[in-house]
Amino acid sequence: MTSTDEKWLEKKISRRNMLKITGASAAGAAVFASGMGPVAKAFGFDIFEDDLTAANKISFYGKHQSGIVTEAPAHVYFASLNVLVQSQSELQELFKLWTPLAVRLMNGEQLEELSHGGFTPPKDTGEAKGLDAANLTLTFGAGPSLFDNNKLGLSSKRPDELKDLPHFPKDQIEEKYAGGDLCIQACADDPQVAFHAVRNLVRAASGKVSLKWTQTGFTSTPKAKNKKETPRNLFAFKDGTVNPSPKSASDMKEVVWVQPNDSKSWMVNGSYLVVRRIQMHLETWDRTSLQGQEATFGRHRDSGAPIGSKKEFDEVDLDAKDDSGNPHIPANSHMALARKVKDRIMRRGFSYSSGLIDDTGAYDAGLLFISFQKNPDQFINIQNALGRADKLNEYITHRGSGVFACFPGIQKGSYIGEKLFNIL
Amino acid sequence: MKKIKTVLLCVLISTSLVGCSEIEEATETTAASETIDLQTEVDAYKEFAIEQMDQFVVETEKFVESVKAGDIEAAKAQYPLARMYFERSEPIAESFGDLDPRIDARLADLEEEGKGKEDWTGYHKIEYGLWVENTTEGYSEIADQLLGDAKELRARVETVEVTPDLMMTGSVDLLNEVSTSKITGEEEIYSHTDLYDFKANIEGAEKIFHILEPKIQAKDEALAKNLQDKFGALNELLANYETGDKGFVSYEELTSEDTKRLSEAVNQLGEPLSQMGIIME
Repeated sequence: MTSTDEKWLEKKISRRNMLKITGASAAGAAVFASGMGPVAKAFGFDIFEDDLTAANKISFYGKHQSGIVTEAPAHVYFASLNVLVQSQSELQELFKLWTPLAVRLMNGEQLEELSHGGFTPPKDTGEAKGLDAANLTLTFGAGPSLFDNNKLGLSSKRPDELKDLPHFPKDQIEEKYAGGDLCIQACADDPQVAFHAVRNLVRAASGKVSLKWTQTGFTSTPKAKNKKETPRNLFAFKDGTVNPSPKSASDMKEVVWVQPNDSKSWMVNGSYLVVRRIQMHLETWDRTSLQGQEATFGRHRDSGAPIGSKKEFDEVDLDAKDDSGNPHIPANSHMALARKVKDRIMRRGFSYSSGLIDDTGAYDAGLLFISFQKNPDQFINIQNALGRADKLNEYITHRGSGVFACFPGIQKGSYIGEKLFNIL
Repeated sequence: MKKIKTVLLCVLISTSLVGCSEIEEATETTAASETIDLQTEVDAYKEFAIEQMDQFVVETEKFVESVKAGDIEAAKAQYPLARMYFERSEPIAESFGDLDPRIDARLADLEEEGKGKEDWTGYHKIEYGLWVENTTEGYSEIADQLLGDAKELRARVETVEVTPDLMMTGSVDLLNEVSTSKITGEEEIYSHTDLYDFKANIEGAEKIFHILEPKIQAKDEALAKNLQDKFGALNELLANYETGDKGFVSYEELTSEDTKRLSEAVNQLGEPLSQMGIIME
């Protein structure tokens, strides 16, 4: 903990809260003796620690939130929520309520400490019992509409760049998959763990939030000679070949993390999440010739190499021509168009399959596109460059959209989004 | 509701032990209820249920008279109002596994059990006559049986052993009824008077809350306040659909926005309502 944080803690723990801490210590100690448990109490909520002994565990606390540059696991449960709270202090209470729950969920703990007489429903819905943390990450963010809500008095905190994404050519955004005041991105190796986490956070916040839309997603990472390969989307093409490397601090600084003076100061070390629910028309794709498919992406399907090259990571040469003088990589291919902008984003794509489209009986399947960037403009510029020309448009329809300001990481003793309320 | 039903049935047929294997399971968890005295509350609830059943018989009698007199319009007007007395006290009314279906079965319920129209009796059968066939012709016998069943239900309510657990589970079940069948329009598929049942179910749950409120207040003030707020919010929302004269708009007039809003308000009430059990702990 930095000295600024300590000062902040001192300032915030009022005398009354101090009394609460002392009063709670006996009960806290009893729970603690049995393993994990609250180590102290501040602002009326228990502080839980990351349990570093837990299996498949990712830290909750840190400089940045988890689930942004953490290696994407196989499953996501993405939830967009609207808030029902009526004031800024109620919104703070909501985040204080969620913080210890999030720590414990990411520890793979059950939320229920004591056995009850059975007269009330169990605190934990229970379906993750016996499962470990499964590398669960929870990422919380605030959407533009949260700042439009006059009752919450947050309009002066709104970063200029946090606004609904513009309409892009061929967009068919449906209200039922659009926007939201808050988001929770739960990623895990186990779909049941991810779902359980959101379910319990939403349930604990009954009357304070309502679900607006949700989407599950999955992805599989093939391995060759124990080396992880780029995962494929439902069109069988590799997705994320040009992603910046989380291992490169300069990449992350340049692409993902909001830096001082970039934005409102509460966003420093945070990031912007863009989510798009992109239906992929599998039926039409599957009757497209291999050449047509490859021309659409600008890459070879199996190797992922740029057309005309051999390997996935071979340099892309948009000017390379075949014998008859035509470019290897068609100018209207997805990759050629995306390459024209210098902007980069951190992609965390997941596939989804959600039954059928009622009207047509077609698969309701596609890509739950999630990307992180330090400014939504990075995504907007890329999407605009694809524009109408993108050959891939023929096979996809963007149906859902959202942009969320994901808070910086949470320090122990603080709570989710605390800086939004306490930094001018 | 299933478990409560089983327990009650077993109490009623206490000479037989067949089919009562669930009793032990159910009573084991409720054994601790002896520790807190809720006799006053239990008595108050029983009184309420009996009062509702008295009115149910009175209103059913009026309805049956209209049906037998062939007064379709009067019968249609009386139908949803008479049913509200039944719906308000459903935790009790439902406890009679034989009577409940005779009075309240939907055709879909019977079909699930492999039965058909010929086995169908009670309110919903007459609902079908009134709204689909637009007639009361041929429904006299059914109407007579309905009144007989209503009276039998009233008589048997005296024998129900009301427990605090039945009250608390019952209040949540009333909300669950709303969530699963009323809000979907599946209860009143011909008359579309689902909002009457909706309102009555909520009133039934609210009554239980009011009876237990002092005890809840003493144990968890915030919970009591939260429940007041959530009942208030839901009632306010429902009031938007009143037509005056205690009536409600047809279910068919509700948009999916409306049903979603109502459904969410019910869920937001149900979550704290399920915490009332803390007074037993």
